[in-house]
Amino acid sequence: MLRDITLGQYYQTDSVIHRLDPRVKLVGTLLFIVSLFVVDNFIGYAIAAAFLLVVIKLSKVPFKFMVRGMKAIVFLLIIAVIFNLFLTPGEVVFSVWKIQITKEGIYLASFMAIRLIFLIMGSSVMTLTTTPNQLTDGLEKLLNPLKIFKVPVHEIAMMMSIALRFIPILLEETDKIMKAQIARGADFESGNLIKKAKSLVPLLVPLFISAFRRANDLATAMEARCYRGGDFRTKMKPLIYQKRDRWAYVVCWFYLSLCIIIGRVLL
Amino acid sequence: MSIILNHVNHIYEEDTAMAFPALTDINLEIPDGQFIGLIGHTGSGKSTLVQHLNGLLKPTSGEIYYNGADINEEGFNKKELRSKVGLVFQYPEHQLFEIDVFSDVCFGPKNLGLEKKEVELRAYTALKQVGIADEYFYQSPFDLSGGQKRRVAIAGVLAMKPEVLILDEPTAGLDPKGRDEILDQIAKLREETGMTVILVSHSMEDVAKYVDRIIVMNKSRVLFDDVPKEVFRHYKELEKVGLAAPQITYIMQELKAKGLNVDTDITTLEEAKEAILKALGKK
Amino acid sequence: MGIIKTKDLVFEYIRRDEEGNVEGITKAVDEVSLDIKQGDFVAILGHNGSGKSTLAKHINAILYPTEGTVWVDGMDTADDDKLWDIRQKAGMVFQNPDNQIIGQIVEEDVGFGPENLGVPTKEIWERVEESLRAVGMYEFRKHSPNKLSGGQKQRVSIAGVIAMHPKCIVLDEPTAMLDPNGRKEVIRAVRALNDVENITIVLITHYMEEIIYADKVFVMDEGKVAMEGTPRDIFSQVEKLKSLRLDVPQVTLLAHELRKSGLEIVDGILTKEELAQALGL
Repeated sequence: MLRDITLGQYYQTDSVIHRLDPRVKLVGTLLFIVSLFVVDNFIGYAIAAAFLLVVIKLSKVPFKFMVRGMKAIVFLLIIAVIFNLFLTPGEVVFSVWKIQITKEGIYLASFMAIRLIFLIMGSSVMTLTTTPNQLTDGLEKLLNPLKIFKVPVHEIAMMMSIALRFIPILLEETDKIMKAQIARGADFESGNLIKKAKSLVPLLVPLFISAFRRANDLATAMEARCYRGGDFRTKMKPLIYQKRDRWAYVVCWFYLSLCIIIGRVLL
Repeated sequence: MSIILNHVNHIYEEDTAMAFPALTDINLEIPDGQFIGLIGHTGSGKSTLVQHLNGLLKPTSGEIYYNGADINEEGFNKKELRSKVGLVFQYPEHQLFEIDVFSDVCFGPKNLGLEKKEVELRAYTALKQVGIADEYFYQSPFDLSGGQKRRVAIAGVLAMKPEVLILDEPTAGLDPKGRDEILDQIAKLREETGMTVILVSHSMEDVAKYVDRIIVMNKSRVLFDDVPKEVFRHYKELEKVGLAAPQITYIMQELKAKGLNVDTDITTLEEAKEAILKALGKK
Repeated sequence: MGIIKTKDLVFEYIRRDEEGNVEGITKAVDEVSLDIKQGDFVAILGHNGSGKSTLAKHINAILYPTEGTVWVDGMDTADDDKLWDIRQKAGMVFQNPDNQIIGQIVEEDVGFGPENLGVPTKEIWERVEESLRAVGMYEFRKHSPNKLSGGQKQRVSIAGVIAMHPKCIVLDEPTAMLDPNGRKEVIRAVRALNDVENITIVLITHYMEEIIYADKVFVMDEGKVAMEGTPRDIFSQVEKLKSLRLDVPQVTLLAHELRKSGLEIVDGILTKEELAQALGL
């Protein structure tokens, strides 16, 4: 049922990666992405692959979950590969009619494919091992310095976590209103675009009214429980770095440095 | 003329690890003109069942016949079915969307492709049937009281002139008088039009007072299907599945246990009163 | 003075038409004076639109009086400096279980109130555990609220309030959206809090069976207190309650009908045992 959709596709298990502080995972993912754009030879990618595989292994998440995220980008991947393959000028390896495939094209296309695949897998490891809640907590803490520039960091994080809680509820509500209008003869499927857009009115008006009502109720309930922004609050689950988190940082930075040295300095 | 369910099964999320049965081997016949109470605790499959009756959900296996035709067969006109089997969801006022009450009630008949005159006639009749006075017709539905909104929403389904009317907990959230008013109105409507009514309810008192047949659902199956007196005779089994008999039945049992000569399968207040007066020799 | 006291409380709101012009003024609460003792279980009855919810929102300082005064634990709710103290002393549970749970995990939701109060982390955990145990939801602490039943969600909401260590809890139709089993669960939890922890309870409802155990009942109509007394006093007046769009428990109604038919039965029968006794059995 709709309520069971978990956003961010968290995979519940107990592993070193799961237990890491979300900040480490956020920063680690960022460093990994940077590393993918720093290296531009196969040795560098081999190191990235090794790093990724070790992390996936440690996370105890079955490999097929990593691949699942790939489905969404298959189209993008094919386009990127085709463009690079056929449109890169250089030493011609193979040519039929007006289409030419160059050595540089092959290189670029495979690099692009590897980068995209690794990027998706790397971020999947983060979302699969971190609950949405931990993610918002981690983001709030990481972005805290931005408060100096009057960025409402706490409020943004609170909004994100409330959105995450209410998305399944609103999805279910959409389903219910849709069914109720279909029971009154509404048709959401046939007709041209304009007719389709018009047919959404009986769905969207009640949905918006309900969303506003819920927002209003929730705001009252939060105030009744003494919510007054982030300033006075303490945390039930404060983020505190453990020894393993410091080590993880060291590993991540070491990995990035290695990539830079091999990718840029040595070759 | 009837609805027949033949070995109907419905499994949510079939073929996944989260698969669970919402309906298991349901066999029912619903003849014209009955007033049926459908009871069962939350999650027993009642809501899934009623959504099958107007084709909103498709059975995983089994057939549903409306007046002899299989409703899930290719080419069956579902739109027409939905006008014949009207379904009023829980908190139906949450589906109101038009700028005024009258236009909202017109939505259903308009979708049936009827002429403007017929649409308006039906909307007018339906609003009168649920007891909404003319002065409210051109108000925004959102300015009405809770009870009025609910009536307007019910009128929105009635305007399709259904032969079968299904109401999923039509009294939820209303105050006692509001509850009585809605149910009285539905009972009156049924008497006048002779339509079949299926009332999904949590209140045993309401069910005992109004319906002439009770279907009890439990864990995706039909547990009992009989006249109210017979169903409530199984009050111990009902309690086991989180339901109960009407309070009056328990009162009569107490009186009987203390030595008063009364029937213990009495389910309504009127009957109880008569029985007690008779037992005490006052009548 | 009791834990909650109102004196000549009036709350008016201005109705406006679509252009924003004033159409009229509605008195949602009209000259209400009550005094509720610490540890009491008080029920407020009234039909939809009788003003009972508006009254309740004054106790938590969500609404402020147009005229008159409301005191919570001796503090005037109009005093801005006391706002957060008042909201901590008088917790509130609302009707829709989905629209008041903030956390994505049960225990995090219960911790939300203490977090807002600035309670130290270690103590938050203690409070969360004790509150969840008090409503019998401790084993669900790691669950997502979306997968709980209505009654369980309301118990989580109640735990969220208890974790703030209030002296009083106002429940605004907490059972209106629940099925009979959910209603029983919630009422049982509320009664236990009243009995065991001596927390003052103000229960707003229109289910008659839920108020039988109350120490005192107020019936609201058109913003005014129309009746007040013990459940027995209130339920003795069947006709008056009906005229206020309310009802009485089935056994009370049966006794009343028997009395009308000429039997000598006292009014205000609340249980089947009492009825048996009244019939001389």
